[in-house]
Amino acid sequence: MDSIIEGFIKAFSLIWDLDREFLDIIFLSLKVSGTALLIATAAGLFTGALVGFKRFPGKDFILGLLNTCMGLPPVAVGLFLYLLLSRSGPLGFMGLLYTPSAMVTAQSILAFPIVASLCHSAIVSVDPIIRQASRTLGAKPFQITLTVINEARYGIMSGITAAFGRVMAEVGAILIVGGNIAGYTRVMTTTIALETDKGNFELAVALGMILLTISLIINMALYLIQKRVMVAR
Amino acid sequence: MSTPRRVFDLRLTAFNICKSYNGEPVLRDCSFSFDKSGTYVLMGPNGSGKSTFLRICVLLEEPDEGEITYFSGADVLKKDIELRRRITLLLPRVGVFNATVFKNVAYGLRIRGIKGPEIKERVDEALEFVGLVRKRNQNARLLSSGEIQRLGIARAMVIEPEVFFLDEPTASVDQKNTEIIEDIILKMKERGKSIVVITTHDIAQANRLADWLLLLKDGKVIPSRRCAEAY
Repeated sequence: MDSIIEGFIKAFSLIWDLDREFLDIIFLSLKVSGTALLIATAAGLFTGALVGFKRFPGKDFILGLLNTCMGLPPVAVGLFLYLLLSRSGPLGFMGLLYTPSAMVTAQSILAFPIVASLCHSAIVSVDPIIRQASRTLGAKPFQITLTVINEARYGIMSGITAAFGRVMAEVGAILIVGGNIAGYTRVMTTTIALETDKGNFELAVALGMILLTISLIINMALYLIQKRVMVAR
Repeated sequence: MSTPRRVFDLRLTAFNICKSYNGEPVLRDCSFSFDKSGTYVLMGPNGSGKSTFLRICVLLEEPDEGEITYFSGADVLKKDIELRRRITLLLPRVGVFNATVFKNVAYGLRIRGIKGPEIKERVDEALEFVGLVRKRNQNARLLSSGEIQRLGIARAMVIEPEVFFLDEPTASVDQKNTEIIEDIILKMKERGKSIVVITTHDIAQANRLADWLLLLKDGKVIPSRRCAEAY
């Protein structure tokens, strides 16, 4: 019990002192997860909209695949990405293994099906009367698409929020492809795992508190945006 | 609206329209010309094909056979976006966007690239016309069903359609809102800026609104003097 209390006290002191290493870990976490979320959102929204609006052969298969991939095991993704990016792998020449780029790629792969699948659900849930109303008012096909996406914004935001939760909490894949290199690929989740293993609770607890706080703040912000768009003013 | 923004000279003719659903014919060799400004009221019992005819006229659906031709003066118009923007249909269930009343009405103007003060002026004028000015900043989904119908009319009127189809505009509203909507339609007739085509199965309403009465009977549109002939 004493060690836990001591861990919390030291954790507060780390946060208070704004330790350099500590800050680097937080910024890298935000950079990696933020970039992955942006990539997953752009690709996921495009894919979700494409599958939602267009009819083409294999559409059901793609939908099934996206839904299945929402629950991809991070460790498996990390492993396959490692095999692809390792020096002897087909993409080894790119030299991405153990870099933040590899971590962004891993997190994007994990978040993409969540955004795509939930965006698709949101788009197909929009009442078909919206498309017809938009058309009768003289909208061009692209404008109709944008109108439907706008009507689906609440569901789309839910997808992005779920994907954010996934990337912020992720540890397995980025540990494998990032390598947890101090000052280069060490992020909050991998540091917490490492320091807990070593019994250095203070840094782990401090990062845990920061991770929780950031997650709560961002989720609360996303919730407020959702609430605002749900009943638009 | 304040000043006419174009010459209102659009006319349409339906030539031998046929349409079936699941092998069941709804429209059979249906031909008619809407060529005079004023209000046409198309009557017929439920399922007689009134909505189908309107949806074909407004190019939302393709007929199985026959053709809708739009004329401007002596010119036959291509069925492109420019033509679609000169006609509109108020659907029986108004598709309300999840936005304010103002933004709903402004939609048709924004997609036409109109910006700034002109939008405000035209939207406010349309809202005034349908009696929804006080609700302009409210979310449109919170309106009553009667108000939603009026919103639909304002949203269509603001784009100044030359042919304005209204599919059973009072079918789902109470007596008070029915009277308000009928007044709006009569005011539209006074302005004389467009051909208005309304479907209804309310004989009294048809008599109140129509310049020309039409019956949809046995899949054909027939000009009529007496509404009772429809039933």
